[in-house]
Amino acid sequence: MTEAANNFRPELVLWQENVPAGAHWSGVLRRGVTLRITDVNGGANAAMLLYNWENPVERYNMADTLKGQHTAFLTAGNVCYSDMGRVMCSVTQDTCGWHDTICGVSNAADVRARYGEADYQAYQNDYYRNGFDSLVNELGKYGLGKRDLVSTLNLFSKVTVDDNGGMQYVPGNSDAGAFVDLRFEMDTLVVLSTCQHPLDPAEAYQPRPVDLVAWKSAPVGKDDLCRRHCPENERAFINTERLYASL
Amino acid sequence: MSQTLIESKLDQAAATFRQVVPAGEPFLHRIERGQVFRILDLEGNQAVDTLFYSAGDTEERYDANNTIREQGNIYLTTGTRLLSNEGNPMLTIVADTCGRHDTLGGACSAESNTVRYALDKRHMHACRDSFLMALADYDHGLSKRDLSSNINFFMNVPVTPEGKLTFEDGVSAAGRYVELRAEMDVLVLISNCPQLNNPCNGYNPTPVEVLIWNA
Repeated sequence: MTEAANNFRPELVLWQENVPAGAHWSGVLRRGVTLRITDVNGGANAAMLLYNWENPVERYNMADTLKGQHTAFLTAGNVCYSDMGRVMCSVTQDTCGWHDTICGVSNAADVRARYGEADYQAYQNDYYRNGFDSLVNELGKYGLGKRDLVSTLNLFSKVTVDDNGGMQYVPGNSDAGAFVDLRFEMDTLVVLSTCQHPLDPAEAYQPRPVDLVAWKSAPVGKDDLCRRHCPENERAFINTERLYASL
Repeated sequence: MSQTLIESKLDQAAATFRQVVPAGEPFLHRIERGQVFRILDLEGNQAVDTLFYSAGDTEERYDANNTIREQGNIYLTTGTRLLSNEGNPMLTIVADTCGRHDTLGGACSAESNTVRYALDKRHMHACRDSFLMALADYDHGLSKRDLSSNINFFMNVPVTPEGKLTFEDGVSAAGRYVELRAEMDVLVLISNCPQLNNPCNGYNPTPVEVLIWNA
């Protein structure tokens, strides 16, 4: 493993920010920047979508990501593919081990049925939020909307599939302080919601916060963990380099 | 979820609509609430990439993740309710003589072919090109933004308990079919898959037939 190449160093930090529990966030991560997302208290879920900042109709594609790497979940060594055969970001380090790709997000009816009503009028900023509306809200800031809300990642959550196709949520997947490093290979709009995973069995509304820290990535070497992960990733890196090829 | 095969009681002669869709061709059609829609695998092992939109509001569309999560199983078969992005039932699978259909493997594209097989495979025909051309001919404002995670009828994409995703030989055969009852007025968008690089069509893409019965 050559993950040391892209290690966090305080002198390289560009910015940092906390995303509170149940909140939604968006930002642009440039090619060459790494974003560390940390599960502050343990048990967090961060639903995430990725769009090409220059042309948002190019976006993270669940199926291409899974097919290209013959996996149903993401961890270190994996990358997130766009629908155009390019690498949007690489998972250069991961202390959690499993990030869900197949379960999508909760909606308002799910949250109301599970946790009851808690509107802004009565609860102010402790009102109950859901993944779908949170992501639609954030996408709207860029002229995007429901049409653009494709299959999400669910960072820090684990759901396994048995031999008959049955899906099981695995509690306790992510400890306090667990983090995942995403090295961006394209200029990318990142949209996040820290609402609970839709299969989280907790009876109470209890989303968790995440911390974000962005830093200047180390150059991607020819022996890079993610690039060398499989021949598909190597070809997707070549496609990505062509997008940014310039004099 | 069991893989019991459920046959239909409907008579093909009573269908009000029948059309053969050759491999490599798209198909876009409106299905009214209550109508029953069948996809028939004429020659066997043919992947049929399919998306559904609410005819009344196309921003509401089939959602693969909601569908598998709410039934607690990644495979689609008889009894599966296809849920929308708003969480509403769009169609219900009412008969299935194949037993298992995929919704994680997505649709092939020129660009994904470069990644999966070789950079020079870009110029082979692919499902997402068929989808784009069908939407370009259909003047209702749908475009690439509307291509979300689709269903692959008759395709077999198992996930192992360790989380490995594999493409296995098809479980379909000539004459097998899947039948769905519309729970709302929907548009169905199909690409009869032209993929030649993997076993999803048995390396030999073949025609399928679509049939519709009135309620």
